[in-house]
Amino acid sequence: MKDIYISSSPHIRSDEDVAWIMRQVIYALIPGALVGIYFFGLPALMVILISVVSCMVIEALAQRVMRAKNTLSDGSAALTGLLLAMNLPSGAPWWLIVTGAFIAIIIGKQVYGGLGNNPFNPALVARVFLLISFPVQMTSWPAPRSFFNEQADAVSAATPLGELKELIFAHSDITALAGKGLMDPFLGNIGGSLGEISALALILGGLYLILRKVITWHIPVFFIATVAVFTGIFWMIDPDMYASPAFHMLSGGLILGAVFMATDMVTSPITIKGKIIFAMGCGLITAVIRLWGGYPEGVSFAILIMNAFVPLINRGTGPKKFGAVS
Amino acid sequence: MKTFKGGIHPPASKELGMDLKIVDMPLGSEYRVLLQQHIGAPAKPLVTKGDMVKKGQVLSEPLGFVSAPVYAPTSGIVRGISKIVHPVTGLLAPCIYIDADGKDEWAQGLPLERDPLEMDPGDLKGLIQSAGIVGMGGATFPTHVKLSPPKDKPIDTFIVNGAECEPYLNADYRLMLEEPERIIGGIQVVMRILGLSEAIIGIESNKPEAIRVMKEKVPGTIRVEPLKVKYPQGAEKHLIDAVISRKVPSGGLPMEVGAVVQNVGTCAAIWDACSRGIPLIERITSVTGRGIAEPRNIRVRVGTPLNDVIAFCGGLKDASKIIYGGPMMGIAQYSLDIPVMKGTSGVLVLTAEETNLDSFSACIGCGRCIDACPMQLNPSILSKCGEKGLWEQSVEFDLLDCVECGSCTYVCPANRPIVHFVKHLKALQRSAKAKEA
Repeated sequence: MKDIYISSSPHIRSDEDVAWIMRQVIYALIPGALVGIYFFGLPALMVILISVVSCMVIEALAQRVMRAKNTLSDGSAALTGLLLAMNLPSGAPWWLIVTGAFIAIIIGKQVYGGLGNNPFNPALVARVFLLISFPVQMTSWPAPRSFFNEQADAVSAATPLGELKELIFAHSDITALAGKGLMDPFLGNIGGSLGEISALALILGGLYLILRKVITWHIPVFFIATVAVFTGIFWMIDPDMYASPAFHMLSGGLILGAVFMATDMVTSPITIKGKIIFAMGCGLITAVIRLWGGYPEGVSFAILIMNAFVPLINRGTGPKKFGAVS
Repeated sequence: MKTFKGGIHPPASKELGMDLKIVDMPLGSEYRVLLQQHIGAPAKPLVTKGDMVKKGQVLSEPLGFVSAPVYAPTSGIVRGISKIVHPVTGLLAPCIYIDADGKDEWAQGLPLERDPLEMDPGDLKGLIQSAGIVGMGGATFPTHVKLSPPKDKPIDTFIVNGAECEPYLNADYRLMLEEPERIIGGIQVVMRILGLSEAIIGIESNKPEAIRVMKEKVPGTIRVEPLKVKYPQGAEKHLIDAVISRKVPSGGLPMEVGAVVQNVGTCAAIWDACSRGIPLIERITSVTGRGIAEPRNIRVRVGTPLNDVIAFCGGLKDASKIIYGGPMMGIAQYSLDIPVMKGTSGVLVLTAEETNLDSFSACIGCGRCIDACPMQLNPSILSKCGEKGLWEQSVEFDLLDCVECGSCTYVCPANRPIVHFVKHLKALQRSAKAKEA
């Protein structure tokens, strides 16, 4: 008898490990990434490649320096890189991307002890850092065009939310904006971060994750519904001053954030009840920033703020044990 | 179909031994009878080195009500009493070694014949107690204690556990198919003791043959209830919840909700003891897994060395883990010198490929353990407490409600050994409490 192992029970394990989960999220992001590449062309592909590769290299280097176990194979660094790229303009210069990757991996994750210990979503920490530090580069949106249309890379476009905010600041009527229709943001033919433009592609990815039981529907649905209800109330009061809930649902990073960022397991509550509270908080903060804040978009800030509440939410929303004596 | 909240769906892996008929393991030359084969107070030996013993002769005397005696599995001579590593506790424990004389002679008067259904319920309970019968699903709690509820806890439901939700194991399944009369006889004895006019047998629906056979054989007073296939459907509290929708209160026993649960194997042993006077000296065990050459379902004497069992089943084959019980709650063994016990429902041998040797990582907060936990606990928090040895905090998170079913650990994508942490925390809690007292 050779090499007999003993360990505590159970002696069998499910095949679905951390790497499997990360792979599923990466698969789910592919439709959104492809739409970005279609409308923004090769530069978008470059942004994705630079972001993914830098995140992986930085993680490997950091773990070597810290003499920690190399965890590249769990796929989380690659996923952070992809998520970061989805949150960047397609014309982002390489140094901006690498800086973002450094912030995401080091400040967002490794300083806390690596995957599982980080309180904030690493990709969002990087996005918000870049947005505040390099506002010009982070809000230069190349106009969408077909991948096969070679010309006019330099044309820049405003995002729908950016236009809205300018109109609001100028106290102008917003009906012209509302008249543009919603088909373009649904399919992705609008300005914005390279991965946020197509609601359709992102929803497909979200459905895949729900079917694979990687995430539950609660955070995306409650997040988006809260934004819709809150903005809807003000739209009904004064449709000339406030955009419609449908416009808000399809614009900016809401769907990308609600489906892929707010559902990050590490930085969202662990029970369904907790997830619902978290998602409604995200929705509320997003709507408040969009309606009255200085920034046109509030999804990233909202998720990061709610990330900070996760331990508190978890504490108050634990499961009720079997046979609890009330 | 009836079930409970939470739980998991591991691969059943029953096919390795599901269709194999029970075979009698031939008589061996040596037996090792552990004195402690039950949960509760110890028992003291009644024999010494050199004594002649007969099959079915009592070898020990229980020290207390919650305890059970052990019996000689065959005739022979007591070679001695020495300590071996106990397969369940991992501590050195006294064991009676018997050299078989090959005659397999019964103790005087055994077996006898009588009709238990004509006998006084109190006497029947006494027979069960003196026969050394314990819960044979693996928990090994003395059966007569369960059948002695205090007056203020009236029992109105008797549930027979035929779920056998542990993957791989087929001992209860084969018993239901091949020897249903013993089970049904035992059920009727228990009904008589508890003064009940009906009983319910719960069987997972992935055993349609067992459901069919039992339905065909049972009298009108016994109902067969097919249950949804889900682990741990056979856990006592969850079986009760599934069958009669009553939740045993935290920290309480099934009697609090008027229920008694016995495993089908225990019922068969009860019938043998009451109708023929035969104490618990043998059981059905599933010897299975890809690491054993010829998987078998065997009728084996309690005290048979594991070595003999393995040899009878063709020997090991690329074995990497040897487990007493099933893969979810069974206990890994590192020696083949240990004996089969009353609670050995299975011997599972896993291969190197099936053995999990990966390290674990930090909790990623996916919440799968919470969905899986049939006790609706937060295994994630318990494992974090366990990593740091924070047993006091873990008690606030209901450490003591954990039944160690392993569902959380099975689903954990970070490969965290949550059950291991829970056992560690419980040990810390126990020793702290012992110091206090």
